[in-house]
Amino acid sequence: MLLAELSIGQLAKITSLSESSYKDHLQEMGCVPGALIKPLLKAPFGDPIAYELEGYTLSMRKAEARTIEVQIIKTQE
Amino acid sequence: MSIGDHKHIILAGNPNSGKSSLFNHLTGLNQKITNVPGTTIENKKGILKSQHGVAQITDTPGTYSFFPKSLDEMEAVKLINNDNPPHCIVYVADASNLKRNLYYFSQLSEMNIPIILALNMMDVAHFKGLIIDTERLEKELGINIYKVNARTGEGIDQLKEAIFQDQFIPHYSFKGEEDNQEVRYNRIDKLLSKSVGQVNKNELISNKIDAVATHPVWGFLIFIGTLFLIFQSVFMLADYPMQWIEAGFEILSDWLNDNLAAGWFKKLLINGVIAGLAGVVVFVPQIVILFFFMGLMEDTGYMARVSFIMDRLLRGLGLSGKSVIPLLSGAACAIPAIMSTRTIENWKDRLITIMVTPLMSCSARLPVYTLLISMAIPSKMIWGVLNLQALVMLAMYVLGTVAALIAALVFKFIIKHQIPSFFIMELPLYHTPRWKNIWITCWQKAKSFLSEAGKVILIVSVILWFLASYGPPTEGGIKVQEVEKLDQSYAGKIGKVIEPTIEPIGFNWKIGIALITSFAAREVFVGTMSTIYSVEDEENFAQIRQKMRSDTDPDTGEPVYSIAVVLSLLVFYAFAMQCISTLAVVYKETKQWKWPVIQFVYMTGLAYISSFIVYQLFS
Repeated sequence: MLLAELSIGQLAKITSLSESSYKDHLQEMGCVPGALIKPLLKAPFGDPIAYELEGYTLSMRKAEARTIEVQIIKTQE
Repeated sequence: MSIGDHKHIILAGNPNSGKSSLFNHLTGLNQKITNVPGTTIENKKGILKSQHGVAQITDTPGTYSFFPKSLDEMEAVKLINNDNPPHCIVYVADASNLKRNLYYFSQLSEMNIPIILALNMMDVAHFKGLIIDTERLEKELGINIYKVNARTGEGIDQLKEAIFQDQFIPHYSFKGEEDNQEVRYNRIDKLLSKSVGQVNKNELISNKIDAVATHPVWGFLIFIGTLFLIFQSVFMLADYPMQWIEAGFEILSDWLNDNLAAGWFKKLLINGVIAGLAGVVVFVPQIVILFFFMGLMEDTGYMARVSFIMDRLLRGLGLSGKSVIPLLSGAACAIPAIMSTRTIENWKDRLITIMVTPLMSCSARLPVYTLLISMAIPSKMIWGVLNLQALVMLAMYVLGTVAALIAALVFKFIIKHQIPSFFIMELPLYHTPRWKNIWITCWQKAKSFLSEAGKVILIVSVILWFLASYGPPTEGGIKVQEVEKLDQSYAGKIGKVIEPTIEPIGFNWKIGIALITSFAAREVFVGTMSTIYSVEDEENFAQIRQKMRSDTDPDTGEPVYSIAVVLSLLVFYAFAMQCISTLAVVYKETKQWKWPVIQFVYMTGLAYISSFIVYQLFS
């Protein structure tokens, strides 16, 4: 499933990233296959979304989160 | 010994790693911001003096990667990767977020430059339950590691000593068979699995604050409240020092008047130099307060939250959440604001932000607004709490902001750009403000404002004083002559020439002179008015606003500064592009003449048309 589709508190593992002009940037920030990621909070209007990623908080728009494929590890908080 | 003989150290690291604090600790106030020739890029250099030796330290903008995404990051890389490499890099890492902090480190470790790793924010790491085995990490990396606390200064002395000792090039390999981000992060994971352990996990206070600060209702309310607080402080708090400065200049010019021998020099000094300088110095308090709050918002981590909650709204206007910092800083001064757009990665987002930021009411407009409002708007209370003058002032800020947002929307449809906009931003942990950092920034901004604006205003005032005091020779004469009346002077003649073009928006030739001079910088308006009116009436040191208020039209006997004229002037100064320094920065930042030219034309056109409408409506 896509990162953008996770609900707050669900823990997931990144499996792949689709091509985009910002793919490198996402990967440099730590969004690499294998990294653990968890939606933390949403901005007003539900976009952008802040994620807990390997020890820090990274925010991105829904559009960016749709380029990241994830696999859910834990559904509840 | 010249600076070239000293050890040259570069400070590098991710944004929010505490790099600036460490820089301030290492160099104290021994620092200097210099412009790289031909650019607006600021080079922050400082001197470290200790009993072990003297070293030159260069701070670099915080960056996440050696393959930079934004201009700001590009600069960091240029400082390291050039013909004159540093003797050593001090890499500052946030110990509570070591994994991502080591990514940029992994790239720097391949440059054949010795590196010292300074682990900052150990207290946060402890709180998060992280246990870092630094000896193990040292062994794996093959370099020296120092634990520091850039907040309290703990560990700084050891780091200072280390800078003058021999340092090593990391020998840990972050590359596998291939080199990509995934491999690097895997290698970092491997490194950290041997040296970092996790015991318990405390819920971070930051997350609790964020639940409120980014809340759909509370989030916006807090942001609006913050803006209101800043606005109030700029006006109420700055009022006292401003009165002292005004009083000081009055005493000075009175004293000079009594103690200097009469002559052209005395007139030049009092009516040209002092009158002009007083106009600038007086709003330093407001600038300092504005920059103080900007610094406070950035330093605590709140600014990133504002970007986060505003992104969705600004996106529709062709901007991004990252445009918030430039737009808000634009309320202080457009020049640093435009330079701060470098953090915006997308060219179109960045360009639109640059184009509209000067519409935000900067502090140079403040003295103009203050003077005009105090002349025409009665100081009346509405509903017993709101001062009418303050309300009009607030309206001017709203006007500028709304104009900036509408202009952004227009540019969104005009500028064509293929690469999609994106918003990928770290939300740093909140922390209590590092007052020292904030004050150092305020001090530097005030200093550079005084020296930059001061120079322009000094020159303009002196030229203006000459043009207003002397006129072309009368019939039969050959030499320039000192004139009794302003309309016989050079300035008067020039003002009369342009009068027909500004008559439709309600301005007379005296205002025309001020318009010309304030194309160098807006704040010159007040100085020009002081100079013009004090040349005409030298014995009277009364406040400039009284002189302007009592100025009447010689033909009709009506006051010159009617409500229609004042409102027209207010609107004109809100919109017109009257700042050469800003245009210069826009050129340097966009590398094309096209953009400052477009900016000048659209803003000044907007000003003329709006003033015309306002004047016709009210007169």
